[in-house]
Amino acid sequence: MRHIISILIENEAGALSRVSGLFSARGYNIESLTVAPTEDPSLSRMTIVSVGSEDIIEQITKQLNKLIDIVKVVDLSESAHVERELMLVKVRATGKDREEMKRVADIFRGHIVDVTESSYVIELTGNTSKLDSFLKAIDTSLILETVRTGVCGIGRGDRILKV
Amino acid sequence: MQLTGAEIVIRCLQEEKVEHVFGYPGGSVLFIYDEFFKQDQIKHILVRHEQAAVHAADAYSRSSNKIGVCLVTSGPGVTNAVTGIATAYMDSIPMVVLTGQVPTQYIGQDAFQEADTVGITRPCVKHNFLVKDVKDLAVTIKKAFYLAKTGRPGPVLVDIPKDITAQKCDFHYPKTVSMRSYNPVVKGHTGQIKKAVQLLLEAKRPMIYTGGGVILSDAADKLTKLTRQLGYPITQTLMGLGAYPATDKQFLGMLGMHGTYEANMAMQECDVLLAVGARFDDRVIGNPDHFARNPRKIIHVDIDPSSISKRVRVDVPIVGNVPDVLDEILKQIEATDGKPEAKPLAAWWKQIEEWRSINCLKYKMGKDVIQPQYVIEKLYEVTGGDAFVTSDVGQHQMFAAQYYKFDKPRRWINSGGLGTMGFGLPAAMGVRFANPKAQIACVTGEASIQMCIQELSTCKQFRLPVKIINLNNGYLGMVRQWQQMFHGNRYAESYVDALPDFVKLAEAYGHVGIKVEKPADVEPALREAFVKHKNELVFLDFIINPEANVFPMVAAGKGLSEMILAEDL
Repeated sequence: MRHIISILIENEAGALSRVSGLFSARGYNIESLTVAPTEDPSLSRMTIVSVGSEDIIEQITKQLNKLIDIVKVVDLSESAHVERELMLVKVRATGKDREEMKRVADIFRGHIVDVTESSYVIELTGNTSKLDSFLKAIDTSLILETVRTGVCGIGRGDRILKV
Repeated sequence: MQLTGAEIVIRCLQEEKVEHVFGYPGGSVLFIYDEFFKQDQIKHILVRHEQAAVHAADAYSRSSNKIGVCLVTSGPGVTNAVTGIATAYMDSIPMVVLTGQVPTQYIGQDAFQEADTVGITRPCVKHNFLVKDVKDLAVTIKKAFYLAKTGRPGPVLVDIPKDITAQKCDFHYPKTVSMRSYNPVVKGHTGQIKKAVQLLLEAKRPMIYTGGGVILSDAADKLTKLTRQLGYPITQTLMGLGAYPATDKQFLGMLGMHGTYEANMAMQECDVLLAVGARFDDRVIGNPDHFARNPRKIIHVDIDPSSISKRVRVDVPIVGNVPDVLDEILKQIEATDGKPEAKPLAAWWKQIEEWRSINCLKYKMGKDVIQPQYVIEKLYEVTGGDAFVTSDVGQHQMFAAQYYKFDKPRRWINSGGLGTMGFGLPAAMGVRFANPKAQIACVTGEASIQMCIQELSTCKQFRLPVKIINLNNGYLGMVRQWQQMFHGNRYAESYVDALPDFVKLAEAYGHVGIKVEKPADVEPALREAFVKHKNELVFLDFIINPEANVFPMVAAGKGLSEMILAEDL
């Protein structure tokens, strides 16, 4: 099953490689990994999407907790949460495609953030399946380039991950 | 007062009451060595290869409850040390490794003797640090000692660039250190312990299985008390030997791939299993699916949550420090006034005695050829069962574990997890520095001993009267055994040709060498080594049966109860 693991980690050099090294050394799967400092610059927040059986996910959280730099680990998928991913798509936008591309972007509540005579860059936010759906909805031959941030997530309501 | 980084290193070690540092100098650590030269509180032990420095520091920890410390230079110093660090990591040995690094401004420029030490060692240390500011040096070393010995112990490495060792700052050594990201659990959950006690008292076919965690946490006394109070059978892993007296009736011997028939059968057939400081690894329970075929309730006590339910599903997990948890179990048992039911326990013991009666460790001994088991039995007799025994890896290691009955913890020093050949001799050096009056035997083979043979020179320099018990069969014995059993007798590259004359070799290093070829000479030679040459290193080269095998054996991937016993049983 797909799990979203949220981590608070000391914002120190090499902290990221301790986490990625753990995953590769133990053969765990990483679908995506995002990391950035929090409002407290001494801490980074990391979101990892991994796929594995319950036993494997349990081991992953235990092994992560064992890393000295890691302050807290939470499996967001255990309860209600919000997840988002940002995607930038550069598409060919000429002739009749130009209008059509704008329309589809609007339907997906995307924004066009760069315009040239022949291309758009569309910014889209949502969960992973929404972004996938957008890519399916447009003519793939028009896609010039895509980049995605990977998932970040947060628990709903009272569920707070903080030191 | 302002001190240089190098002075700070020495002061920190003094504050930690470090008496010995095993190491090898080089360019990046010259300032630190200069400070060693100027003091005499800490003794530096110069080894002949960095791997040996780490093994010696590791065994120093294993054989005492002090923390071994080693110091090596950057680049090749570190890469040579990696095998030793990984060895300690796999067996959760507390150790502090100090490494030199090229000056800060050269890091990342492919400087002479530069290696990414923090990167290379990351997967085989509990934690590591690169010190980038001399002001962080003292607190980093404090953290290293704190991390190494608390929680699940392990090696911690501090990488110190050369310029940091020359810079000055005020010295203050913190008394304590706390880290918001590191809070190891000590006390076990009382509710869980209650469940465990209930299960233990209701058991019909109970079994206690313990590992290195009991030794590392100095909980042997508590384990012995609990085991005796319950009257239950107990077995130990290779890493756990000595935590319960091996000469006691309740002890069933080691379990696992080369465990005794009775220990493995009882492990498979028990209905309640108390696992303490052990991790159900592949060499211990064999195939986990086969192990799970017999229904049993498992109580697992360990300080590391990730060791629990990793390979085997556990019914009552108890995360905590072993002695604290054992104390609580004992307290609760005494409070309930409960005793296990006598009748089923007697029937269980009857079954175990039947298994024991096949005498799975018996072997045939003639007049012409020395059997390796016999050498270990005689070693046990001659040393009065009271030696520290280090070993390398292979058949000799298993024979030592099977035939030397360890009654005390921290006496059996071997590389269980990583299985590092070359460990035995440097380990014996470390044991000697931690236990200056001890009798020390290094049980090894002609292949393993050659992996760190250069340390005979260190032993001469520091007058270390280690007795090397070389079980010489001319083969990589365990490899040959597997080739015989699983690869159609094709002995690919397992015969070691062109062996040195070990007697002359020992003499060349300034030691005593004795070659033993007849069974009748085994005991006299051992006595000569341990009595006549008490204060010298003696290299005993026992020419043994070249095709002796280790039995019982659970083949890789097989179930624990699917043992292969000696052919002549």
